[in-house]
Order: sequence, then C-alpha cells, then structure tokens
Amino acid sequence: MTIKKDYVRPLDIKHGRVDMNHGAGGRASMQLIEEVFARAFDNEFLRQGNDGATLPVPPELLEGGRLVMSCDGHIVSPLFFPGGDIGCLAVHGTVNDVAMMGARPLYLSASFILEEGFPLADLKRVVDSMAAASREAGVPVVTGDTKVVEQGKGDGCFIATTGVGVVPRGVAVGGANARPGDVLIVSGTIGEHGVAVLSQRESLEFETAIVSDTAALHTLVAAMLSAAPPGAVHVLRDPTRGGLGTTLNEIARQSNIGMLIEEAAIPMLPQVEAACELLGLDPLYIANEGKLVAAVAAEAADAVLVAMRAHPLGANAARIGTVVTDEHRFVQMQTRFGGKRIVDWLSGEPLPRIC
Amino acid sequence: MKYVDEFRDGALARGIARRIAAEVRPDRRYSFMEFCGGHTHAISRYGIAELLPEAVHMIHGPGCPVCVLPIGRIDQAIGIALDQRAIVCTYGDTMRVPASDSLSLMKAKARGADIRMVYSAADSLKIARENPGREVVFFAIGFETTTPPTALVIQQAAKEQLANFSVLCCHVLTPSAITHILESAEVRQYGTVPIDGFVGPAHVSIVIGSGPYEHFAEEYRKPVVIAGFEPLDVMQAILMLVRQVNEGRAEVENQFARAVTREGNLAAQRAVSDVFELRERFEWRGLGEVPYSALKIRAGYAAFDAERRFDLHYKPVPDHKQCECGAILRGVKKPTDCKLFGNVCTPENPMGSCMVSSEGACAAHYSYGRFRDVKVVVAA
Repeated sequence: MTIKKDYVRPLDIKHGRVDMNHGAGGRASMQLIEEVFARAFDNEFLRQGNDGATLPVPPELLEGGRLVMSCDGHIVSPLFFPGGDIGCLAVHGTVNDVAMMGARPLYLSASFILEEGFPLADLKRVVDSMAAASREAGVPVVTGDTKVVEQGKGDGCFIATTGVGVVPRGVAVGGANARPGDVLIVSGTIGEHGVAVLSQRESLEFETAIVSDTAALHTLVAAMLSAAPPGAVHVLRDPTRGGLGTTLNEIARQSNIGMLIEEAAIPMLPQVEAACELLGLDPLYIANEGKLVAAVAAEAADAVLVAMRAHPLGANAARIGTVVTDEHRFVQMQTRFGGKRIVDWLSGEPLPRIC
Repeated sequence: MKYVDEFRDGALARGIARRIAAEVRPDRRYSFMEFCGGHTHAISRYGIAELLPEAVHMIHGPGCPVCVLPIGRIDQAIGIALDQRAIVCTYGDTMRVPASDSLSLMKAKARGADIRMVYSAADSLKIARENPGREVVFFAIGFETTTPPTALVIQQAAKEQLANFSVLCCHVLTPSAITHILESAEVRQYGTVPIDGFVGPAHVSIVIGSGPYEHFAEEYRKPVVIAGFEPLDVMQAILMLVRQVNEGRAEVENQFARAVTREGNLAAQRAVSDVFELRERFEWRGLGEVPYSALKIRAGYAAFDAERRFDLHYKPVPDHKQCECGAILRGVKKPTDCKLFGNVCTPENPMGSCMVSSEGACAAHYSYGRFRDVKVVVAA
C-alpha cells in the first residue's frame, strides 16, 4: 500500500475569490486563515491557535497603571486610496484611539466581514498592508475572526478592530480635562485623508497629488508626554470623521468649556484647500487619520510643541487657539478675513464612508 | 490658494470696512437685502457683519434654492421614488428638506426608496443610461444658475431618445421673486421691511446678465449692485450701495464684472428657452404662489417631463404652524425671532427649510453666528 503525502492545493490568490465556504468554519475557512491571515500577522499569540489570546500582564499595570480598550469599525470606500487602504487604516485608527488616552498600545484584534466574490488578491493586499502597519507600529494582531456574507450584503471587506493598551500611573488624559487657559495644538496639516479618499470616488474623480495622512501616532504621543511635566497634557484626540471642527466641539462639550481659535494658524496644504473650495466642502470637517489635537497647560505648551516638531509626524504642529470659559461651549474662530464665527458640529454627511 | 485668497484678504477687508464706516451718514440707517443664499453664507462664514458699522444692516433674501422649495414639491419627488419605484437623482442639500409625514428624501431612502445624490445633472443622465430597465427622474431645483445644465440634459436625452429618463422641474426665477418682495405689503405699505438696495445675484447674473435688474432700479428706485460670492466682493458691493444711497442714485452696478455682462450667457439662455417655458404659477415656500415665477418643460419635450409621465398633480401643504421660514424668506423676521430656532429646529432636525442648506438664513446663523446672541467670557 502506498501512502499518499498530505497535500492541500494552495489558494489561488491571483484569480480566486472569497466564497461562502471560506466563512463556513470548515477546511476552507482554516485554509484562508492559515494562508492569508496567520501567515501575514504571524506572532507568538496567534500561533497559540486558540479562540482567544492569552496575554502577559504589562509591567505598568503592576505599578498602578490602567488598561485601555477601544474598538473601531472600518468601512471605507474605496478600499484602496492614495496613501493607504482599509488594512493599514484599521491598524492606525485603533492604535490612535488607544494612544489618545495617553496609553501605550499593546495588542490588536481584527474581525473581517468579507463579501462573497471579493477577490482573494485584494484580500491579501489588505491583510499584508495591515500586517505591515501592525509590525511598524509594534502592536501585534493577537486574535481575529472571519465571516463571509452573501454577495450584495457587504461591500467587499469590512474590518472591525479592538485595541488594548496601558496607561502609566500619573497620566490622566481625557476629553473632559480641558481647562480655561489651555493651549490648543494640532499636530499637522488637516484634511488630507478625506480629500484623498474623495478624489477616488466614481462620481468625482479628480486628479490630485494629495495622499492620505494615515499613520500611527503613539510614538508622537509618547514624545509629547515625556516632554511635558506630569499631568500637563490634558486632552488628546484624533480628528477623524467630522474633522477638526467636530473634534473641538466634542472636547468643548465634554470639558464644559469654550474655545477661541485662529483660522490663519490652522496648518493646511494648499491642494487640500483648493480641492475643498472646488467641492464646496469645509476642510475643518474633513477626516484625518494621522493627526491629533491636544489641549495642553499653557506653561507646558512650548515644550510640547518643540517635542512634536522634532517628531516626523509632528513637523507641522501648530498652536491654533486657547480654551476659554463659556457655558455655551462655543468653538469660535477668528477668520482670516477678520470677522468671527462659530465652528459648529458637523451636520449631515458631506462625505460618506471615509474610514 | 492662488486666485481665491486674493478675494479673502483681511487687510483689504478692513480697508473697505473703514471706507464704509467713513461714508455712512450718522443720521440714517442702511438696510440692504442680499438676495442670494451664497451671499448669506459668505456674510456668516467670514463674519462680515462684524466688519460693518452699526448703521448698515443686512437682510437675508429668499435666494436659497432649497429654502424656497415647498413641501408639496418634495412630496412629489418622494412619491415618485417610493410609490413608482423610480430612481430619483438630486443635488445634496435637497435630500434633507423636511416634507410631509415626517419624511425627507433622506428618510425615504432609509425606507427603501432609491435616491441618488448627484453633483451634476449630467450624472443623472449617466444613471439613466446604466439602468435602462428603471425609470430615472432628475429632481431639478434651483435658480437660473442650475437651469441651463438641466436644459442641456433634456436636450441630450431627446437626442439619445432615452426612454427611461425624465425631469421633475422645479426651477424658479430670480427677477419674479425680487418683484414679489418689492410688491409685498411689508415693503410697500407698512415699511416693516425697509429695503434701501439689493446685493444682486452672482452666478444667476452670469447666466441672465445684469439687464433684467434695470427694471427694479428704475421702477422701484432701489439700487442694485451685482456682487460675487467672495467676502471682498460682498464688502465692496455694500460700499457701492452706501454710495448710491448717499448720492440718491438707484442704478444697476456690476461689482462682479469679472464674470457678469449686461447680456449674460446667450448660449445658456437659448438652451433654456428651447426646453422651458414660464409656469403660470408656482408655490414658493415663504412667498406663497408667485405668478410667472418658475419654469416648466415645453410640450416639445413632454416625454421628459416627470409631471406628465407620472401624471402628477400639485397639492400644496402648509408649513409647520410655528415655523417662521416664510417671514424670514421675505425679510420680515430674523431667525432668532422664531420660537423653533435653535431648540426644536436645528440643522440636525430641521423643521423649516431655512435650517437645511448652509445657504439658508437660519442654518447660517445657527452654524456660524449664534454666539453673537450670548456673551462668552475669555479667561484671563
């Protein structure tokens, strides 16, 4: 009797497509996980091969630190855009949400909802990009899940992620901590992500050299925290959906304060400004994926700004305004033109499915 | 940004502001109506009101296309989408205008209607070509600026003999709205709306030219200064209006000479008159029925007229009892005079149409200017 060698024909990544079998939990699911996901994300925790990952306790916890957990769904359309794709976006977005708590991000989870018919080549491209982003950030994907929905019930690929991190003792960053007198800082030029995604929309298609700013900001946050005296960084937030304008309003609401900002001080690429002008959009409401806003105690602002500008992701950091007492929690802006106006919450949806 | 920043130069603005302040007479007030929503938006967004002396007062006019759209017309579009299962294409802001039964096009979409937001009329034609098995209706709204593109797509549809494309035409006319305001009791009899002059339309005038306003200047003795939508355009136009008032002139002046001529765009006018004719009457939100103030599709293009194709009959629907959009559109009231403003009626939950578009007087004041109604304390 001859014994045949165990052999599984590899996935046809080049021409194959996701089908319902890939989500059924049988051999096809296992193969997809092994050949696409496990191979790309490979790390000691995934290799455990269990339903969940068993993780060591980070040292900060033993010294009075606290855990941070944040979840994020990604539904961007199109999946690939200038400067990135849904894969790296999922990593950056979640790492940033954890980092905005002043935390050191430690682990990620990733749940994929795939649509029947989605090309395996595209899936591999997304997963590889996600794995590269996670390696670059030093935050591994330690657990994951894959489901497949019938054609027409998804849009190629949705990714849901969770991030876990740890805040060292003594760091108290939160949206409710802005105080009158605080200096408001933005880490760089605004609006690139939204405009880059928008430029690829079928109905618009305009030619632009603008690329998404998608990036993981945790090292920038670490640099800011170490440059400032303990407790001087009061608020950190990444102005994603809704843009800078909406983020400032969120902080004003949570902290029960008002803000005065200077339009001329807000860093912006002329291309972004021009694209927004053309499309009738306000760059203040356009999504960013690699920028942060900070409210910092006035006496620490200079040191924080110097540290930010020394970091590649904070080179264009700028002081854009101050926190004031205002029971109405208005964000007011001195316009370049010389007048004053409110920067209100975003209303409606100017740009659907941006992240 | 080149060619744009020049029109938003703060130093120049302060210079014009000083001139206006120097030239206004201490013994009188100046009330000017900016007709267009584009001007309303610029005034609010750039904080122009703060640069003007107290004596100069701006009244927001009815020139916001979605603001003047009556509930009955939105109902028609929703009906076509929900009951006739047609694809309805329209411009962005139209999606959120409140209609009957707590619906809007956006809410109808959530109930399964196929409603597509388009950036240009031509996109709806493309959708019709791509969906030959479905009725595709372009819900056409707006003043003379958006009318020529609608005329062109109807001409094109006729040329291609597209059998599944039609237009629900709700295009309205600027000059008849201005006449209507000037003829209103508030302006003529009671004087509750003192209008000393008009900041005339920018883009509308590119199409129709400056000629059509000469009648108002002469007949009603009201100065008109056609102005671009950039903040410096508006400032300069206000200065020109102050000068006309001071000198007792009532003329049509063209501040927007870089784009507007006396005749306007003749090719666009030809396309419009080929496809459209005057409607005997059209209901405007706020102004009520205004005779000869809108366009309908000519019999020659009847095949592309959604009103004929779906046998639609117009049913007027009254606005919410407490909604003051009507009075606000006529310049009789300010947004803050409305009980609903800012509490029941906000941009997220608009009760009236003026709260929908960023060009609407209520939305502009809510989004950009409401801090003026209350004091803010700056920390020491």
